[in-house]
Amino acid sequence: MKVANKKVTAERLVRDALEKAKYFSDYHIFTFLNEEVAIKKAKEIDKRIAKGEKVGKLAGVPYALKDNFLSPEGETTASAHILEGFTAPVTATAVAKLEAEGAIMIGRTNLDAFAHGSTTENSYFGPTLNSHDKTRVAGGSSGGSAVAVALDIVEFATGTDTGGSIRQPASFNGVYGLKPTFGTVSRYGVVAMASSTDCIGFFTKTPDDMNLLMSIAAGQDPKDMTTLPDYYDESETKSQKDSLRIGVIKEFDNDSVSPEIREALKKKVELLKAKGHEIVEVKMPSLKYALAAYYIIVPAEVASNLSRHDGVRYGFRSDKSADLKNLYENTRNEGFMPENKRRIMIGNFVLSSGFYDAYFLKAAKARTLIVKEYEKAFSKCDFLLAPVTPNPAFKLGEKIGDPVAMYLEDMMTVSLNLAGVPGLTIPAGETKEGIALGLQLIGPRQSDKNLIQFAKELA
Amino acid sequence: MEIKREDIIHLAELSNFSLSEKEIEGLGKDLQEIIKYISQLDQLDTNNIEPTYQVFDLENVWREDEIVEQEATREELLALTVEQKDHQIKVPKVL
Repeated sequence: MKVANKKVTAERLVRDALEKAKYFSDYHIFTFLNEEVAIKKAKEIDKRIAKGEKVGKLAGVPYALKDNFLSPEGETTASAHILEGFTAPVTATAVAKLEAEGAIMIGRTNLDAFAHGSTTENSYFGPTLNSHDKTRVAGGSSGGSAVAVALDIVEFATGTDTGGSIRQPASFNGVYGLKPTFGTVSRYGVVAMASSTDCIGFFTKTPDDMNLLMSIAAGQDPKDMTTLPDYYDESETKSQKDSLRIGVIKEFDNDSVSPEIREALKKKVELLKAKGHEIVEVKMPSLKYALAAYYIIVPAEVASNLSRHDGVRYGFRSDKSADLKNLYENTRNEGFMPENKRRIMIGNFVLSSGFYDAYFLKAAKARTLIVKEYEKAFSKCDFLLAPVTPNPAFKLGEKIGDPVAMYLEDMMTVSLNLAGVPGLTIPAGETKEGIALGLQLIGPRQSDKNLIQFAKELA
Repeated sequence: MEIKREDIIHLAELSNFSLSEKEIEGLGKDLQEIIKYISQLDQLDTNNIEPTYQVFDLENVWREDEIVEQEATREELLALTVEQKDHQIKVPKVL
């Protein structure tokens, strides 16, 4: 990571990033550019460097912030109409930690509204375009962040991953993307989607950058009671065996997966074998049901979390309302995107009386089987290597009219969120047409650091 | 199961949405497809399996019982609303 010093000023780094952001404006990556504040902050860092003062590990490093992280710099909209006009009076813990080390946010990135989606086509502001092919989707929901890193506008960007929203766009754009172990990074000040699966992570161009960012962002936060005690220590070099056992998930290596993705997997498997690692086949039959369980559990939590958006306290308010009930209904109907509405209504359906046992409880039981299956898998191998998606980035508009076809693209990412285990997308070449390919490395809970280290072997 | 027009209207009511006729029709179709998909869980044997609602490894995370200052002031929070009067959020009539 290029950190500011006496020769390369923070102002230079920030101005370059802003310039690139503008140059690539047709990709529709940013919902807000933080020009004035970013340059002011850069100048302050430069002054401190000139005086010989100690600066942070990320001094003057420009970064892109997914627009569902709260901070007073720019409106936090989560790319949703209902949050338009909302400038947060608080700062997310993750943002505060990055900025304490001198990182400078140059812009907020586009996402599917409320992180509901896999392409950014559900953004109120329109879709972000794929970094490798403008006719294709960027992936989602953190599509803007992935493309910002892939096009080299910034060295890193933040993301959130509830069911694949970091790993999938990382894969679609050929960059590293980490969904950490559930509870590793504080979620305080991040727009909630599904509390039992939401994770915060990053997009980077190298495993080392990922390691550095995780060492800064991870840790227990009194403002988020679901953060784990500090376990992530960058300086500590956990001894890893020279030869590891890597599992390949049988259920994710069949005809339903694009031949080019299977080929990419095969190549990495050969590379690992050549490096002396052992490859084992792992059967995980319950993963077949992960997507159905996910699209019950997550909408249920979404319905609950998004009930707070009512137009009363912040954000957009519909002005056509005669009474309070009407105000809620109009604000929510005008303020949410169609996919938000589908998920909220499905959530209320699976939680409603008469259907709770058949859907929500059943899915919670399926979740137990999925958790156990991962535990069993990691008793047989150190890490798993798997595709991220069944297909590479598809064409814009190709699946937007068919919600189930869109959900099916998430089938390989969602189970990790249900189990709380970490997953790291690694770049894995390109298709014949030049579309980025990626694979995910999956580890047991709290193996994030080793997972990142191991990714270097696959580079 | 079959999702009827009344079901969509009921779910919209639970969700606080004032759906248009076109939306009722469109969401009806979409929700029917989604429910058909998620209903495949029927085929999974979950006999004697306990449910999992969260995968966080800790329970009962305690902190000192002391007043923690809020990051935002009352004024800052009130400034976020569309309409305020006498230091309170103003909304249309409730009843």
